[in-house]
Amino acid sequence: MTALGDLARWLTDPANWQGSHGIPVRVLEHIELSGFSVLVALVIAMPIALYLGHTGRAGFVAINVANVGRALPSLALLAFGLVIAISLGLGLGFWPTVFALVPLAIPPILTNSYVAIREVDRDVVEAARGMGLSEGQILRSIEVPLGLPLMLAGIRTAAVNVVATATLGALVAGGALGRFIVDGLALQEYDQLMAGALLVALLAVGTEVSFAALERATVPAGMRVVR
Amino acid sequence: MKRGRTLFAAFLAIAVVATACGGAGSGGATATAVTRPDVIVGSTNFYEQITLGELYSQILEANGYKVTRKFNLGNREIVEPAIESGQIDVDAEYLATLLAFVDKNGAIAKPTTDPKETQTGLQKALDPKSLTVLDPAAATDQNGFVVTQATASSKSLKKLSDLAPIGNTLVLGGPPECPQRPFCAVGLKNTYGITFKDFRPLDAGGPLTVAALDGKQIDVGLLFTSDPSIVAKNFVLLDDDKHLQLADNIAPVVRNALLQKDDGTLKRLLNSISAKLSQTELNDMNKQVAVDKADSKAVAAAWLKKQGLIK
Repeated sequence: MTALGDLARWLTDPANWQGSHGIPVRVLEHIELSGFSVLVALVIAMPIALYLGHTGRAGFVAINVANVGRALPSLALLAFGLVIAISLGLGLGFWPTVFALVPLAIPPILTNSYVAIREVDRDVVEAARGMGLSEGQILRSIEVPLGLPLMLAGIRTAAVNVVATATLGALVAGGALGRFIVDGLALQEYDQLMAGALLVALLAVGTEVSFAALERATVPAGMRVVR
Repeated sequence: MKRGRTLFAAFLAIAVVATACGGAGSGGATATAVTRPDVIVGSTNFYEQITLGELYSQILEANGYKVTRKFNLGNREIVEPAIESGQIDVDAEYLATLLAFVDKNGAIAKPTTDPKETQTGLQKALDPKSLTVLDPAAATDQNGFVVTQATASSKSLKKLSDLAPIGNTLVLGGPPECPQRPFCAVGLKNTYGITFKDFRPLDAGGPLTVAALDGKQIDVGLLFTSDPSIVAKNFVLLDDDKHLQLADNIAPVVRNALLQKDDGTLKRLLNSISAKLSQTELNDMNKQVAVDKADSKAVAAAWLKKQGLIK
């Protein structure tokens, strides 16, 4: 119970909410780091997924290659990213962490988006083609809107994984919420450590909930289940 | 006549053999007169310790001792009991850290910032263990604050007290616990009156601190005083002119049992290394081994020759 009391005291201490090491700054850093990593993963994975999904080509290979990203340990990628970032003069913290997080975000985005496009009813696609829609139009106005909820589910999984793993950044002198965990451990200030863990968990849950809401909102009007 | 000539030839042969023996040991005639005890030199598991172990081993070997090397044994938790129990006879230690290790709550003596005082205290703590600490070297392996060559020359920094007036324009980098540690930011504030603009949590004298200094993300970094990157990156180690850090000077520790079997040569030889081992000399050897990946055996031999300690 004293642990919970310490945690509450740490979280309500105004000193921890101020300055460049305060909670608001760290939360923003965490969102910035995670958001940027997911964005990079989207830019890489989405065109591939859309192309493969639409044409139905080589999807099996692409998904299996992307799944390697799940198997690579993020900690090893972080160390590798650190070496690369230092040699490129990109500095510590942000870029090495992005390097570790992007391969983590790619597999769910790629897999879900590929499946989302593939699973659109072929009759609908054939009908569109028969009505004279171009391949680009089919993708834009038929496949993507119908597959959007599933695609968003993939991005949601990626984002939640990234938010939870972005704490690693503190190991390479980055900011973000991992700072509280790493510093708390180094100083044996377990209230700080627990507060960091709690904030990360809350942020991950927040990400999950907002994406779930977004998914519901993007279901095409005609497909919505009417209660 | 014939008998006399044979006798003469025999004398001649003995004389030749005797000269040859004398020439082999650099200790001269005494090398054959006394029997040298066998020595086991031990070390913990990082490059500096192995180089120091080589220095001790090679100077002893050059003077007729039979040396067995037991290097890379592990950390102090393993090596200290090993020398106490006689599994090794000699190792290189660090005054303040060893004192804090053998006398955990400071009942016998507490380490101070003065090497001589710490050595005396350490000896008191080692007496019941039948161990002797020999002369400490000027070289240390303790917390040190470094800046880049560019920062040092543009702000004319040589010693830590030079930081006091300009600290509020500089960023300090070090292990995450630094802001609350007496030998880090707290000590810099209390002893030197230095307050920094900001603190950046990095690692304990590791690659992050080196990279952050190199990339100008911090101005002052906490490294260990014998860190090879100080030489490799041309960093400037600021002199601890007000003695904030505890005296972690390097000194040989020897079992009393070995010293009793010896005629005092071993003590003289090991002390002669400490007398020449300055911080720059140690850091240069560390850089050769850790950065240039040179063989510690060869680095130690070259240094001993350069200092005129072996031929």
